[in-house]
Amino acid sequence: MAHDHHGDEMTEPPSEMALRVQALESLLVEKGLVDPKALDVIVDRYENRVGPRNGAHVVARAWTDPAYLERLRADATAAITELDYTGRQGEHMVVVENGPKLHHLVVCTLCSCYPWPVLGLPPAWYKSSPYRSRAVIDPRGVLAEFGTVLDEDVEVKVWDSTSEVRFLVLPERPEGTEGWTMEQLIPLVSRNSMIGVEKARPASGAAA
Amino acid sequence: MNGPHDMGGMHAFGAINPEPEEAEPLFHETWERKALALTLACGALGQWSIDEARSVRESLDPVLYTSSSYYQKWIEALSRQVVAKGLLTSEELETATVHQMPEPGSYRVLNADAVDKVYSAGGPTSMDIDNAPLFSVGDLVLARNMNPIGHTRIPRYVRGHVGEIVLWHGGHVFADDSAKGIRRGEHLYTVQFMARDLWGPDAAARDSVMVDLWEPYLDTP
Repeated sequence: MAHDHHGDEMTEPPSEMALRVQALESLLVEKGLVDPKALDVIVDRYENRVGPRNGAHVVARAWTDPAYLERLRADATAAITELDYTGRQGEHMVVVENGPKLHHLVVCTLCSCYPWPVLGLPPAWYKSSPYRSRAVIDPRGVLAEFGTVLDEDVEVKVWDSTSEVRFLVLPERPEGTEGWTMEQLIPLVSRNSMIGVEKARPASGAAA
Repeated sequence: MNGPHDMGGMHAFGAINPEPEEAEPLFHETWERKALALTLACGALGQWSIDEARSVRESLDPVLYTSSSYYQKWIEALSRQVVAKGLLTSEELETATVHQMPEPGSYRVLNADAVDKVYSAGGPTSMDIDNAPLFSVGDLVLARNMNPIGHTRIPRYVRGHVGEIVLWHGGHVFADDSAKGIRRGEHLYTVQFMARDLWGPDAAARDSVMVDLWEPYLDTP
């Protein structure tokens, strides 16, 4: 990556931001306010262990287990806790269900609220000014940018995450997946389909 | 506050140009990893609430706010917050040298072996409150025309508009007070606003926007 300074300090000086963050870290560690090993565990947690595969598990389970779907509808926080995907930025969950004539889209216009335990950290575009400003006033235009073109008779509901409640979109189960197991379905559940900017991947796109 | 962060409905920021999901790295710069981790680890010291942190970020100069990447905003805000709360002095930050050590044991520091436990537990904001909710699901409500100087979570684009309560979440820590260091609850609702009421006749007739609003933001229409 052109802007990734890791390992190429010899050829390119660290950026101003890199220096500022390094200085902040050194001061806080020296004063005993931050445990440097804790920083590594935090990064590892959100880089390697908490991500959209958790949400895909929730969705695939809901697609294959009607009783679980009912529990998810009744109390999403409790149903997601059953699968152990709980914690920071996902303490209060609501699941919204797409259908043939209903499409949900999630945004946080004021900052970057996002359900971390099921989706991990938000992608850069989710936190960007274009997405935050446009999702509420031009949701169909935003969806089209992601290649999601909806018929006029499909209702679009945009969820602006202004409180500590977090929203997860339950995308429609792709056609042609009758009889598929939960393990086969999980790869079809993209992160973007759970934010609502895309539909789940088609059965034909399953790369086995 | 009517800051640069309250951008719902603005034009002119241009196309989203999302990176393809499969190709997007979680961090685009090496320092962003530390920006995330330092922000979380400092937050865990318990010196400020998430609402106070948001309040500092949205109080950044609008030019700085709109021209900075997300993690840049976090670092700008964190640098101000650690000084405001006395964790570092501005001299220490400027000279990158520690001048005074804190009293031993005066802070609850997040240790590596507690990270997963702390973040898996999270910090629920639901609260039992004594007063009964003023509104019920199905009620029409007016989002108040209010322009507080401090932190608030009622976006400008819904103020003065009528919507319908679609969910009631019970009592939740009220963000506006929490940003001032006061933890108390108010009833929280999800309110549905029809897109045409918010944006006029160019919006699709069926479309709507759901916004979570606390009771003090709401009135009877």
